[in-house]
Amino acid sequence: MSQSQASIPLFPPILARALRVVPLAPLSLSLTACSRNIAKSHPKLFRRLGEYDHTRFVLDPVDLPFVIYLDPNGGVPRVTVIRGNGDGAARISGPLAALIGLVHGAFDGDALFFSRDLVVKGDTGAALALRNAIDDAELDLSQEIASISGPLAGPLQQLIAFAERRTGVCLTRPEEAVAW
Amino acid sequence: MVMEIVCPAGTPAALRAAVKAGAHTVYCGFNDETNARNFPGLNFDREEMRDGVAFAHAHGSKVLIAINTFPRAGNEAIWHRAVADAEVCGADAVILADPGLLDYAARNHPGLRRHLSVQAAAANADIINFYAETFDVKRVVLPRVLSVQEIAAINAEIQVETEVFVFGGLCVMAEGRCSLSSYVTGLSPNMNGVCSPASHVEYREDKGVLDARLGGYTIHRVGQNEPAPYPTLCKGCFGASDKTGHLFEDPVSLNAEQLIPQLQKAGVTALKIEGRQRSRSYVAQVVRNFRAAVDALEAGCPMPEGMLARLSEGQAMTTGAYKKTWR
Repeated sequence: MSQSQASIPLFPPILARALRVVPLAPLSLSLTACSRNIAKSHPKLFRRLGEYDHTRFVLDPVDLPFVIYLDPNGGVPRVTVIRGNGDGAARISGPLAALIGLVHGAFDGDALFFSRDLVVKGDTGAALALRNAIDDAELDLSQEIASISGPLAGPLQQLIAFAERRTGVCLTRPEEAVAW
Repeated sequence: MVMEIVCPAGTPAALRAAVKAGAHTVYCGFNDETNARNFPGLNFDREEMRDGVAFAHAHGSKVLIAINTFPRAGNEAIWHRAVADAEVCGADAVILADPGLLDYAARNHPGLRRHLSVQAAAANADIINFYAETFDVKRVVLPRVLSVQEIAAINAEIQVETEVFVFGGLCVMAEGRCSLSSYVTGLSPNMNGVCSPASHVEYREDKGVLDARLGGYTIHRVGQNEPAPYPTLCKGCFGASDKTGHLFEDPVSLNAEQLIPQLQKAGVTALKIEGRQRSRSYVAQVVRNFRAAVDALEAGCPMPEGMLARLSEGQAMTTGAYKKTWR
């Protein structure tokens, strides 16, 4: 086991097995709605993708029984969750907690690559562009989910905060206090 | 006087993270071939640069803009425009490597402070004095091929400030003169701003064994539990004369944290952290670490032990040429 794997929690195998029978269409629709909300609030994220803004990315949480297609589609993104390996121009594989931690700026992508927690296949330039664009966007997925959840926003954020404390997974963007 | 920490920022978010983490100075580049980190999704457009400089200045930090590739014949205007825009954005200095561009900047933007990039590979007092006298360069970033004693000898014979790398990716070649990336991909950090460009890199993993290919050539292979290096030829693993190994350099990162007191005694003004291609998480962690180190030095306290191994290439570190113990 590499040095940093020890600190990256894996999705519980029992829950992962349960996800094998969960219908994926509602999840795809929810994630697409969330990504379009992000596109509205962070348009620069998609501009930063440059020539890769119509590239299909395969996000592969290795501890879950599905992969996620991210089609930036020129700023009108579509997210599709499928079972199996999937196929796209660039594939980024790693534990779900590592992928979420990257989005929130809790981890450094190169460090996860050095430690082999993250594997990139296919178009490396596209993967790099996505990594850099997301890092610059300073996303907080809990806020993004809350913003499209209407009256459920409050309870959802409380649930996310609880899950973060219990699992050690970085489910929100860490605060950057001024140190000096 | 506190040694100046000069930190990398590949994106506006990384710039803000560096400033918040205590960077005295941040260096960054425009999103084109004028700087030596011209990677996909990285760098600043003009508006982002202006806003970034304003943010840094509001928090008491400086911004240096790297325009440190070598202009192509017939396309010098791209580099000239970058220098002009750096001044408009309010940069505290530009970091230049090409003598022609230095001359252009000195003639057309005399009020814009000029630093000599590591890409110029100025490694002795004579050439540094030439740059200082000819182009009024105020600071020189020294190449990573000098020992601490050699840096002290240089500082004894020059009047300008020196800046040295203390952490991050380690070029083992004379910067600005390395052609390894060009040899395999046709693109180089010197002319195109990319060493081992991502567009020419391919990874293949089979049963835990990771192959890295650059320009179609497999340049290293690591086993299931081995750390992965960057896909650069200088860190590649090759066979020669019945031996297989890292012929140029092992995949390690520079970390000269414990040498900071010696570098201060050698007359160094500023400590540079490599990594404009890295995330804001890296920037924040490394900056906090080095800011604590220089503040400890100023307070007369021992150097704190860093926690940066995880962020290092190959998860291993070296003091590089500062202590010449290479094979």
